[in-house]
Amino acid sequence: MKQQVSAPKRIARINFGLISPQEYRNMSVTRIITADTYDDDGFPIDMGLMDPRLGVIDPGLRCKTCNGRAGECPGHFGHIELVAPCVHVGFAKQIRNLLRSTCRSCSRLLLEPIAKKEYREQIELLRGRGQTINSLVERVFSEASKVEVCPYCGEHQLKVVYEKPTKYHEIDSQLLPSDIRDRFERIPDEDITVFGMDPDNARPEWMILTVLPVPPVTVRPSITLQTGQRSEDDLTHKLVDIIRINQRFQENKEAGAPQLIIEDLWELLQYHVTTFLDNSVSGIPPARHRSGRPLKTLSQRLKGKEGRFRGSLSGKRVNFSGRTVISPDPNLSINEVGVPEAVASELTFTLKTVPRNIEELKEYVRRGPDNHPGANYVTRTDGHKVKISDINREELAETLECGWLVERHLKDGDIVLFNRQPSLHKMSIMAHEVKVMPGKTFRLNPAVCPPYNADFDGDEMNIHVQQTVEARAEAKILMRVQENILSPRFGGPIIGGIHDHITGMFLLTREKEIDKNSALDILRKTGVRDLPEPDHVVDYVPYWTGKQIFSQILPAGLNLEYCAEICRECDVCRKENCLYDAYVVITNGELLCGTIDEKSIGAFKGIVVNKIIREFGATAGAEFVDNMTNLAIRGIMYHGFSFGIDDEDIPEEAIRQIGEINKDGIDGKEGIAELIDQYERGELESLPGRSDKETLEMRIMRVLGGVREQTGDKAGLHLGIDNSAVAMAVSGARGSMLNLAQMAACVGQQSVRGERIQRGYLDRTLPHFKKDDFGAEAHGFVQASYKTGLTPTEYFFHAVGGREGLVDTAVRTSQSGYLQRRMVNALQDLEAQNDGTVRDTRGVIVQTMYGEDGIDSARGFGREHIQRIVKDVTGASE
Amino acid sequence: MSVTEESIKERVSPLPLPPKIRDILSKELLENAPGEAQMDEIITKVLEGYTNAGIEPCEPVGVVAAQSIGEPGTQMTMRTFHYAGVAEINVTLGLPRLIEILDARKNPSTPVMTVYLKDGVSKQRAQEVAWSIQKTTITDLGEIITDRSNRRITIELDEPALYERNLTLPDVIEKLETKLKVPIDVIGYTLILAPKETASKTTKEGEDAQKVVTLGALVQLGRNLKKVVIKGIESIPRVVIQRNDSEYVLYTQGTALKEALEVEGVDPTRTVSNHPGEICEVFGIEAARNSVINEIMATLREQGLNVNIKHIMLASDMMTCDGEVKQIGRHGLSGEKASILARAAFEVTVNHLIDAGMRGEVDELSGVTENVIVGQPIHLGTGDVHLVVKPQV
Repeated sequence: MKQQVSAPKRIARINFGLISPQEYRNMSVTRIITADTYDDDGFPIDMGLMDPRLGVIDPGLRCKTCNGRAGECPGHFGHIELVAPCVHVGFAKQIRNLLRSTCRSCSRLLLEPIAKKEYREQIELLRGRGQTINSLVERVFSEASKVEVCPYCGEHQLKVVYEKPTKYHEIDSQLLPSDIRDRFERIPDEDITVFGMDPDNARPEWMILTVLPVPPVTVRPSITLQTGQRSEDDLTHKLVDIIRINQRFQENKEAGAPQLIIEDLWELLQYHVTTFLDNSVSGIPPARHRSGRPLKTLSQRLKGKEGRFRGSLSGKRVNFSGRTVISPDPNLSINEVGVPEAVASELTFTLKTVPRNIEELKEYVRRGPDNHPGANYVTRTDGHKVKISDINREELAETLECGWLVERHLKDGDIVLFNRQPSLHKMSIMAHEVKVMPGKTFRLNPAVCPPYNADFDGDEMNIHVQQTVEARAEAKILMRVQENILSPRFGGPIIGGIHDHITGMFLLTREKEIDKNSALDILRKTGVRDLPEPDHVVDYVPYWTGKQIFSQILPAGLNLEYCAEICRECDVCRKENCLYDAYVVITNGELLCGTIDEKSIGAFKGIVVNKIIREFGATAGAEFVDNMTNLAIRGIMYHGFSFGIDDEDIPEEAIRQIGEINKDGIDGKEGIAELIDQYERGELESLPGRSDKETLEMRIMRVLGGVREQTGDKAGLHLGIDNSAVAMAVSGARGSMLNLAQMAACVGQQSVRGERIQRGYLDRTLPHFKKDDFGAEAHGFVQASYKTGLTPTEYFFHAVGGREGLVDTAVRTSQSGYLQRRMVNALQDLEAQNDGTVRDTRGVIVQTMYGEDGIDSARGFGREHIQRIVKDVTGASE
Repeated sequence: MSVTEESIKERVSPLPLPPKIRDILSKELLENAPGEAQMDEIITKVLEGYTNAGIEPCEPVGVVAAQSIGEPGTQMTMRTFHYAGVAEINVTLGLPRLIEILDARKNPSTPVMTVYLKDGVSKQRAQEVAWSIQKTTITDLGEIITDRSNRRITIELDEPALYERNLTLPDVIEKLETKLKVPIDVIGYTLILAPKETASKTTKEGEDAQKVVTLGALVQLGRNLKKVVIKGIESIPRVVIQRNDSEYVLYTQGTALKEALEVEGVDPTRTVSNHPGEICEVFGIEAARNSVINEIMATLREQGLNVNIKHIMLASDMMTCDGEVKQIGRHGLSGEKASILARAAFEVTVNHLIDAGMRGEVDELSGVTENVIVGQPIHLGTGDVHLVVKPQV
């Protein structure tokens, strides 16, 4: 049997080197001699920069060298013979070093043979270990350049002065590139190895250019403007310059022009060659376009974020992807994503027709491109691709046969990748199941917002459709949302309830009396259809508690015991008899006591979610999250929940008391006025290591901080758990008691860099104050609450404090983004091995056991797990 | 059969478990004292649980670690705050501190040492050690009066200050004499210094070269005088004593670990600096590795961020695995990668390519970036699993 091996070619390694002038000529298809591109009729000129042998860019034409069409022909190099050699700027430093460390007459490395041998051996050693030889080569250069008399020919060495970017002098006379080249040609091979260079692939004289390769036209395509005018690429412009000067140089040289003119032209040629290679060399002005814009030459094409390496090779633009605004849909599972029909009929998946699916595919083709589960293209066995249209769809469906490829629309159940930038961790790209929906936005369950860090204020997200079944399978197994609920960062759930889910659960599990209709209504969206025994019966009417209803979605066999978020950390915990119902006990899947809040089901905390995934698996976990969010939303709707400005109302008496606390803090016995007085009298005792002024500031800050806290507490007394904002703050859904206090009682001190606001005018912050006023008001203390409204000066200080936060965020994102890039770049090659070690892709061991215990941080195995096993085993037999 | 420590040890020690888990298991077994059959069951279940929680082979743990450290970076503050507990010493915190540690900076912005004492119970003893660490200059001991008309400097030493710092008059005089190399006149607690005479430049013709004390020399002497370290370590301008639970601990502004360890009364087993580079020099690379871990963990914890220590261990191990603390970035790990393409894709693209050409380097295409660039599957994760087909002959 003859085996069809379809092993794709693999690049095993890439050898870098310099190209010799001879090689340039050999690989060139033509010598370029004319600076003109097209003749008057618009045809490319032979031996010009657009010579047809260099490749094709115009569709329809064929390459004169390889007969390929545009797109098939990779392009071919040409060459320019430089009249005089020029230095390659990239090697300017190396040329300097070589000039200084080789003899000016015999070109040998100015070191004793023994030293050379030693260096050569050390270089071999370092290379073998895969370490850099930079510092060693550095040492060779610095040592050799100190030698004054050549140990071989006895020649006295002269000092070589290097003038940036491409000039070299020996005492007063300039070393011309041709002289340098002559010297380098004579350096023996064995000396070259001591410089860390490879004489086979990189002779030093090749660093001086005598032949300039001309890149193919495919590298520098010209664009035709609407006016019919051709606009040439920057590289072509630069090449034109080089050829022009080269020609002029040639003419002058042949005419026997004076040395001065020759030198000028040589310098100009050098300038053009330099800027052709790199247009951002310091020391010379960058070559500019007619409009004044600096040209983008070879180096500029490679460098930076949008350069070839980072912009085109490491990351690319892709097909089969889409992007639109996102919006929430609590009816979707966390594993799903709602895809608009318009997107679903644009994105396709290619299927091969086989007997098993031919009927199904025929139906897709028959439906055509406009009826949603249809198809857009078919590819016939001969490789011909046909676009399906309303006209040919019936006919194509009839002729469809095995072996054809059908590009069918995205349909429900397809696996796609969903992503939101910035992609800071692996949970920023997860696999979802498609659910085609009307509308124009991507829909997702709000419980998956935390890993994407998404909200719905206009965020957009991306979708990618994988094109092979292998890729889809891999995505489904490794990248599905439910497989990523536990974050490897801290080993807890990153998906869970947010905002109303938490408030809803909080309210529901505190509900004591729910009748049958309501109970069934609350459970409607979940898979639960049966109610347990009622909690109590009043007048023959059965009632259930919220805790019972929540228990219905817990898997049987779940046991937990912990303090909820609302725990007040009493000195003595009363456990099950907690006054605030903050002690959660779940036995065999039944919530016996305690309130369910952020700590139980919230994203990042979610003890219950965590436990279910660890004990019952990811599928059960996903199901729980789905049920929980649905239950919570029904729960909050049953209870009713709103928040408005009158929720911050506090009694007159409290307002008066808050005013008094403010007054006390400023003018009272322990108030800041007293402190300022002491300071001015020079009686303020300064803290160790602080000046009087700093001490005063610190103490004022402390007093005013206390004032804010007291006013907040006072307001808090009048806002009970039945207040919506308090319910949200206490359960951990959104906001904090501090936010609430700022709304109801007092906003407090505004600060810049952790200090009171000091900047502004001379000796004062605003012209409304006296100079050197240390008072609270003059330095940004806001007595008012958000509800009562701020005075103009308070408002201004508030804006000052707020601005700092904005600047901080802007600076932070760029800094942490760079940190992240560096971290990933440094660690990306590490991989856990079968033997538990961590090695990089070369095989260097970094850790002998991953994290010292070999445990996956997303799964975790520690004291609690062992305790549980022991408890299970010993308890079971009793 | 009775359960003893030995019998448990016998059972547990040959198990293929990491030491930490083994210890927990032994402790639990000892406490619960199960029977033989139960013991077997527990051990089987623990082994099973451990195996199931193990890291999957081919997992790209490096990227996971990098993301786990980098992602919370967006939530950190930029500000420098006070040290928890010691209000007097400022310490860089938050994102700038994290960047500083990962950069392996030679000079961190706020070096601090935590000095533990051999006998930390007595406050007086702590104060004594503190004085021998904190830099004492002449300005701390008395008043300096520069007498311009007489071209001399008078120092009025403060006797209580000397006593407090456990210094005697001869100590001070000796220090000053050896360092400044000028004669010192002593009158009680007053020292008089005069700079050396130099030949005057403006000598009138015919006169002998007159020896004078120039004003410049006087000013110079004054400057040098203030620099002389009479007691303590030069790089430590301040020491703060703090009571931690039952003992006194010293916090220093500035570090000089090597010198501090030699000060009498300092406990060298616990004293640390917050500068991993310095720890590397004094204690070696293993200690530096732990220092990096501790510093990053402390920085993250202070910000209230929860990151598993494994990720930080991996980053730290990567930084220190070559025997020196290397930066995460261009001048360290990323700049020394074996692959040319990977280096070129990171930073300073052109230089790496040019150097590679010049040296005739070879890219073996083993890493991630290189293979992405040439368009091949990477050797990581599912890309590292191979099927070997043996065709039946």
